Amino acid sequence: MASGSWIGRSVERVEDGRLLTGRGAFIDDHPPVSNLSHAAIVRSPHAHARIRGWDASAALAMEGVVGVITGRDVAASCKPFGVGVTAPVHYYPAATDKVRFVGEPVAVVVARDRYLAEDAAEAVVVDYEVLPAVVDPEKALEPDAPILHEAVGSNLAGHRRLVYGDPDRAFAEAEVIVRERFRFPKYASTPIETYGVIARWDGLDGVLTVWSNFMGPFIMHPLVARVLGLPENRLRFIVPPDIGGSFGIKSSIYPYLALIGLAAMKLGVPVKWIEDRREHLLASSSGTDRVAWREVAARNDGTIVGMRFKWFDNVGGYIRSPEPGCSFRPTGNFVGPYRFQNLEVDASVVMTNKSLTGPNRGYACGHLYFETERMIDLLAERLGLDPVEVRRRNLIDRASFPYRTPTGGLYDSGDYAATLDKALVLAKYDELRREQARARAAGRYYGIGLALAVDPSVSNMGYVATALDPQFRAKPEYLPKSGAVDSATVKIDPLGRVIAILGTTPQGQGHQTIVSQIVADELGVAPRDVTVVDEMDTFTRVWSISSGTYSSRFGSVGTSAVALAARKLKAKLVEYAAHLMGVTPGEVEFRDGGVHRTSGKATPYSIKDLAGRAHWNTESLPEGMEPGLAATAVFGFSVARAVDAEDRVNSSNTYGFIAEVMAVEVDPDTAAIKIVKYVTVHDAGTIINPMIVEGQIYGGALHGLGGALYEELAYDDDGQLLTGTFMDYLVPTASEAPDIEIAHVVSPSPLTTLGSKGLGESSSMTVPAVIANAVSDALRPLGISITELPMTPTRLHDLITRARSSASEPRPPRSGHPRPEPASPTPLQ
Amino acid sequence: MKPPRFEYHAAHSVDEAVALLGRYGGDAKVLAGGQSLMPMLNFRLARPAALVDVNRVAALAYVREDDGVVAFGAMTRQRTIEFSPMVAARLPLLREATRWVGHLPIRSRGTIGGSIAHADPSAEYPAVLTALGGEVIVQGPRGRRTVKAADLFEGYLTTSLGPEELLVEVRLPAMPAGAGYAFEEFARRHGDFAIVGIAAMVVRDGARCAVARLATAGTGPVPVRLRAAEEILERDGLGDAAVAAAGARAAELVDPDADVHASAEYRRHLTGVLTVRALKRAIAGATS
Amino acid sequence: MTETPIRLTVNGVPRTGQCVVRKLLVDFLREDLALTGTHVGCEHGICGACTVLVNGQAARSCLMLAVQADGAEITTVEGLMQNGALHPLQAAFRRHHGLQCGFCTPGMLLTALDLLRVKPDPTEAEIREGLSAVLCRCTGYHGIVKAVQAAAPELRAAAPWPDRRSP
Ligand SMILES: Cc1cc2nc3c(=O)[nH]c(=O)nc-3n(C[C@H](O)[C@H](O)[C@H](O)COP(=O)(O)OP(=O)(O)OC[C@H]3O[C@@H](n4cnc5c(N)ncnc54)[C@H](O)[C@@H]3O)c2cc1C
Ligand code: FES
Ligand code: FES
Repeated sequence: MASGSWIGRSVERVEDGRLLTGRGAFIDDHPPVSNLSHAAIVRSPHAHARIRGWDASAALAMEGVVGVITGRDVAASCKPFGVGVTAPVHYYPAATDKVRFVGEPVAVVVARDRYLAEDAAEAVVVDYEVLPAVVDPEKALEPDAPILHEAVGSNLAGHRRLVYGDPDRAFAEAEVIVRERFRFPKYASTPIETYGVIARWDGLDGVLTVWSNFMGPFIMHPLVARVLGLPENRLRFIVPPDIGGSFGIKSSIYPYLALIGLAAMKLGVPVKWIEDRREHLLASSSGTDRVAWREVAARNDGTIVGMRFKWFDNVGGYIRSPEPGCSFRPTGNFVGPYRFQNLEVDASVVMTNKSLTGPNRGYACGHLYFETERMIDLLAERLGLDPVEVRRRNLIDRASFPYRTPTGGLYDSGDYAATLDKALVLAKYDELRREQARARAAGRYYGIGLALAVDPSVSNMGYVATALDPQFRAKPEYLPKSGAVDSATVKIDPLGRVIAILGTTPQGQGHQTIVSQIVADELGVAPRDVTVVDEMDTFTRVWSISSGTYSSRFGSVGTSAVALAARKLKAKLVEYAAHLMGVTPGEVEFRDGGVHRTSGKATPYSIKDLAGRAHWNTESLPEGMEPGLAATAVFGFSVARAVDAEDRVNSSNTYGFIAEVMAVEVDPDTAAIKIVKYVTVHDAGTIINPMIVEGQIYGGALHGLGGALYEELAYDDDGQLLTGTFMDYLVPTASEAPDIEIAHVVSPSPLTTLGSKGLGESSSMTVPAVIANAVSDALRPLGISITELPMTPTRLHDLITRARSSASEPRPPRSGHPRPEPASPTPLQ
Repeated sequence: MKPPRFEYHAAHSVDEAVALLGRYGGDAKVLAGGQSLMPMLNFRLARPAALVDVNRVAALAYVREDDGVVAFGAMTRQRTIEFSPMVAARLPLLREATRWVGHLPIRSRGTIGGSIAHADPSAEYPAVLTALGGEVIVQGPRGRRTVKAADLFEGYLTTSLGPEELLVEVRLPAMPAGAGYAFEEFARRHGDFAIVGIAAMVVRDGARCAVARLATAGTGPVPVRLRAAEEILERDGLGDAAVAAAGARAAELVDPDADVHASAEYRRHLTGVLTVRALKRAIAGATS
Repeated sequence: MTETPIRLTVNGVPRTGQCVVRKLLVDFLREDLALTGTHVGCEHGICGACTVLVNGQAARSCLMLAVQADGAEITTVEGLMQNGALHPLQAAFRRHHGLQCGFCTPGMLLTALDLLRVKPDPTEAEIREGLSAVLCRCTGYHGIVKAVQAAAPELRAAAPWPDRRSP
């Protein structure tokens, strides 16, 4: 196979052999240490209560029990986790004084096996003084709301008002203003593998080793070390080769790394804890539920001149890092694919008695684009324009790349109009509109929706500081943050076989396959000649605080590091071969898996040949060349800068693009939604393995559909979770999965080594928008506009019933329907 | 999510099972397919002192027809029912309903007796039993008795069986030849318990309706036989107007509860919609 | 607590063990028999990750007690390979990208195998209905459905069942 030909092909995955035959190595599979004891976590049954005391005596007397640690031990031995805001929120791995959500850990029981641990967990007595709870973010900011954190004084964890351009003027001069209020639900990813942690304390050496399916970011390593009072070089995180899905959720496992680590340290035995599904639904992590108010200012021709965003993001009982990323992760791409320059963002992060939040596939972008794309449709409706036209009029054009957004984002490449056109052609948009006309004439409810999204990947750590006031960031003692880094090592053994070593933590993305393709191309070998080791161990891998597999990073930053490492090694081989041939490196070239003379006759050196000589006879190396055939590259982005004084930040490093069209039919009698057509076109730059890329899209799309129609961590007013089982938390099955037509546009990124961008979150961020637009379009004859997800049959039925009963009364003509803006509370500072 | 401690007995006969139940004086639970009981144990929502496993009672697994009645041993698996030619011929409504019960791997273990004894208000089998006017035979410390469907379901997950009684047989009258039938269901995902399910059977006599049978799942604590709706059809025939009237009546006859999946009002509305759909399909399939 | 002896056949091999009566079959397979290919995802019957064949039929091993499997024949994912090669269904999953993280895969494979046995020539809708017994969070099911569609004719021709029984 000629070099350069593996990238772009749907190479079968090397991971599959072991996974298909039951030989995967997941955290629960192979105990890395013997004599494990097993933990069960005692959790709060109350949403809000003060803890008066713990009594573990009955539990300690039970069969097989090794020991119990309670919040009292946690308070005595741990520091609270650092949080991303200045509000004094003290978040510990288990509750120390109060519980603030149902399912919050209050004690850990360790026993000979999990069955016995669960028996004893039931016997731990916690004395609670139950307090009133609040779960709604708007209610939580009312003056008489119960306060979760007395030290904070209110339930507002943080508030920022960000202003870009001159939004007031844009709104004053607007020819049309559209306003709407939205609700986005709290949903999660519920990977089929739950969290798992194994901790061993080596008291003599003072080393705590923690195995877990933690996926990064490894900023959490120093954070956990600090909580446990350990020097960082005495805390070792190891991640097994296989993780059973994450979609962002497993980044929030870190409090348990500390909690189970503490149990191992206190009790002196290695401890294993596998989260069960009930625990996972109650207390792992989810996206935020959000109440949002939107305003769009536009001209009559559909040109958008400004927007106002305002939202309350509900982060649950504590604000856990990396929150408030829920509000700020998309800062650089707040404007999406549109050109407008004037924006005001009023972001409040609110704490209520619900479980905690964190990254969930599409982190914050599902919210953002649901609101924006609904607004564009509402604007189009108000102006009597086709929603395609309104979008087209506002798109950033191809000539503008790299494009600096008013909020500081640097869109690296793209062709938004061409991508949209491709989606329209593939969906046969005009034909869909004709079909809609026929359906409407027949009294059927058929609708077409569009959604566009700039798909950010590789978060720049620096965005987190957007949550802080510029005055705070201006203080001399403040340390600015920025970066997105990954490393890779490529080495060649004495027989010429290649091994690539990564410290990423894949959860099904096929990193081994992709790396083998990249290295094969770089070194002119076949992928099967490249062994890829992809296991994280903080003691042995080169890593940085941004390391890990999240934020769709691998496709840009991990691949770049691998390609660079291979190139470094290749350069060394070239130099070595030239030396052997007695010529200068300029006179040779690397091709077809060996080094050849550019001109003139000389026997080429194959990699195998060079490897043998280099390993066996270091004397043959040129003067000054380091022995060994290994190269490590660390790749980072120079465009990852800290947030500036005007709150501008390039919050991600590469930016893909998504254009989608969906057609649905709604059965008005049952409120069932049928997806008739769904087209999604992606621009993720260079595609390394189309099969894997499309796999991410299928998965992301169904996840978005889950959030739009099925999934919700719903609570009652007392803070009890109503969907605490898989019977009630509805993960879509194969029967709910729609047919998806996928196409690509390729605008290579100028910033990455191979031109690739990330795509792991993909359509999870567009589906809520596209289906809400399609359903709203279907139900337009009834005057229905979707502003709240999930669109459960009951909710939709209520809307239809209300619309039909008001239709039988004389109805005022519908005018783009700006509902009066709610008396929006000005968040306290 | 590991089950609490319990004692475990594998019974080999009905008498042994009943004796074991008696020995625990109501603190033991029958373990049939385990597809409802095991989740409750894993969640520690059930804490019986003992389990009496009847999976090894061979005499409880059979399907036979006697005298116009199809009799099922309580331990007959839902999967067996799904693939039974006799059920397909004599109780096609039950067969159709079976396909709505969970998924194939659930039906591999789940039993007809367990489904009925468990009395989940959203379950399909209790609705079919109610629609067809079946009965069950139970055996307890004081011997055997027969309980009619109408007397069986008392409330949410509650039947009139005593804690020491074992359900041994489910009896359903075979459907008349040519009867039309349908099981219509609306669930949020495939395989979920019904939000609302409607079991329908009609026996046609020319344009007249000789027999109509309608019962619900998911519309309250127990399955509801929609007798007043049946009467409309039996009186006014099988035309569209009668069907619509029966649907409207059906919605009035139920008093559903709200939960996280559906409001009471939506369930009531669906009862009407699905009754009409079930009847239309049943009528289309009925031959006189 | 006292332990009960259990004898069963797993993947054609007679195995013995002993455990407390409340131990779930899936825990017994994973911990006592070291067959960690069968996964645990919910322990209440919904996710299907723990699905194995019990006497030839797909069933949830989280909803059975290990003692109930005494005398049974169990097939787990570890038993699917034939003569050192992937089973045609496994091979189809690989070809059609029917797995990403692979956590649902063992349950998916055994469920699909059972489905193809009772419905050797399924429509796409029937495949989807059959596979709705197992949750996958990664693939959106697309590759899985394609794999099962592709494997169906191969299995009809070869019928390489781990064991043959009535539905
Ligand atoms: C994922 C999943 C989806 C499901 N979906 C559906 C669905 O859509 N529709 C539906 O109807 N069901 C559904 N079920 C439940 C399933 O049908 C159960 O099989 C059924 O409800 C109970 O039958 P079982 O044989 O498993 O009984 P078990 O679970 O063993 O027992 C259930 C209860 O009945 C009692 N019991 C059982 N047999 C007897 C007897 N012979 N005499 C006295 N008491 C007895 C038990 O003590 C226990 O209290 C689902 C289950 C799962 C796990
Ligand atoms: S673990 Fe058994 S079905 Fe989920
Ligand atoms: S492949 Fe990850 S859950 Fe299915």
